Amino acid sequence: MSRLAIIVTICVVVLFLGSWIFKALQAQDAGVDHYLLRGFLVTCSAFLTLAILSFLYKDNPIYKFAEHLYVGISAGYWMSQGFWSTIVGNLIPRLSQSLSGFFKQPYNAGEWMGGFFYTNWVFYVPVIFGVLLLMRLSSKYGWISRWALAFIVGTTAGLQFIRYMRSDFIEQISSTFVPLLVDWQGIGHFFSNLSLSATGQLVAMVSNWIIFLGVLCGLIYFFFSKEHTGLFGKASRFGIWILMVTFGASFGYTVMGRVSLLVGRITFLFRDWLGITS
Amino acid sequence: MTIFEKMMAIDRRWVFLLLAVVVVGTYAISFQIPIRINSEVRTIYEFVDKLKPGEIVYLGIDYDPSNQAELHPMAYAVMEHCFRKNLRIIFCTLSQYGPGMVDAAIKDITDSLKLDKTYNGIDYKGRELVNGIDYVFLGYKPYYALQILAMGQNFRLPFPIDYYGQPLDSRPMMQGVVNYKQVAVVIDLSGGNITDAWISYGQGRFNFPLALGTTGVMAADYYPYLNSGQVLGLMGGLLGAAQYEKLADNPGPAVDGMRIQVFAHLVIIAFIVLGNIGYFTAKRRRAKEGK
Repeated sequence: MSRLAIIVTICVVVLFLGSWIFKALQAQDAGVDHYLLRGFLVTCSAFLTLAILSFLYKDNPIYKFAEHLYVGISAGYWMSQGFWSTIVGNLIPRLSQSLSGFFKQPYNAGEWMGGFFYTNWVFYVPVIFGVLLLMRLSSKYGWISRWALAFIVGTTAGLQFIRYMRSDFIEQISSTFVPLLVDWQGIGHFFSNLSLSATGQLVAMVSNWIIFLGVLCGLIYFFFSKEHTGLFGKASRFGIWILMVTFGASFGYTVMGRVSLLVGRITFLFRDWLGITS
Repeated sequence: MTIFEKMMAIDRRWVFLLLAVVVVGTYAISFQIPIRINSEVRTIYEFVDKLKPGEIVYLGIDYDPSNQAELHPMAYAVMEHCFRKNLRIIFCTLSQYGPGMVDAAIKDITDSLKLDKTYNGIDYKGRELVNGIDYVFLGYKPYYALQILAMGQNFRLPFPIDYYGQPLDSRPMMQGVVNYKQVAVVIDLSGGNITDAWISYGQGRFNFPLALGTTGVMAADYYPYLNSGQVLGLMGGLLGAAQYEKLADNPGPAVDGMRIQVFAHLVIIAFIVLGNIGYFTAKRRRAKEGK
């Protein structure tokens, strides 16, 4: 470990402890019950925020520590949520009365259907598939897990197929069938009522033409069975311009989103940690 | 090396530093900037505003703490608006990191609702929010698509008990509330694919009014659904939250963040313009030199 690294580490530890004490004292003055914990959590949040932001200067061990801590805690938290919400919350109350009592969950007794099928039996299916998935841990019987995976892939593909067909294919295609002459009552009526109002006839017509030409030319750009020359090439060119405008809008929103996150962290650092603003 | 070539080779850390200085500077100085309301946000506000007292709003807090800066202001603005209008809310989160955030937000709004306040010239008396009567919090369950489908049959299928361990049937607010048919509107605030699931598995299958709040990164992708009428309104990023806050006459962190956005965007636009000038000038110079 270099001398510089030792000095930086000592500085970070001293600042961390100083901040912890300071925030704990502030919380105690404010009458917070667990003021030591509160001080520690605020300091931890500030330390991790600054650790992650330090990557903007360059990659460093403090950033790596924060990154690995985030990954580890996320995985652990997700696993614990899965256990308590799915296995304890949904499965155990339907399979075992004694275990339900142990976990303090209301027992779901289920019912007999037609006198021969008990509704809670169906919950043994996910238990079996879950055990099959865990067979991946065995080098000898790992292949059995593919059955459960096949079930997951099959059902997901089926659900996604319906989803895309309905909301992204049929609905989206039907919404491009828009009138190109909105409320058309003749050229005289059109010019006598010409206005740039957002709800006016002209704006509605221009919007519909953009949708119509944008979809048509965008599709032409992705049509590769004919050479993009002549009128077809010009339409393809217009299609790529429409795509570029779309990407530009997405990028603009992305910049806004990223700046919002920065604003969020700056607000935390200045208000919650340093207490400079209220 | 010309000034344009130097401009092209500038270390990105100078850009970060300038942006940080501008963001901190504008954060420290308080001033107002005008906020224009988009029709897609106004539609959501007016839909909620016209609901009758006692009607039920489903509010999906389907995002992680990483999206908190953008979506939390939306959640607070919508919650305050709904509760001041005496609407009842079913809270749910289909994001694994959501439960703690929802619980904290409910506590904050409960405190806020105790105070007398005036919004848009209407006086609202402070009142105590009661769990189970004014709201229920269903909690979290994994596999959002399946939960959305299951709630369409009966809320009790995926959530036999609420987040606080109480059976759903014991909650007075849930008496007679079976599925989305008893819900006036679903407002989903999400920072990921859960939005897609709400559009297709939720609105597509059960045909309820759906309003979306998305992160800025996602917003542009959901305008086609707005155009097709699959969603009734869209709040995109911090700007969407600021517009809702302004409509509700309840300025909060989103309105506050807009002035920082404006100046941060000006810095980024300036760097984009300078970068392009540098690029085209260098290109022209190379062409002249015949390289």
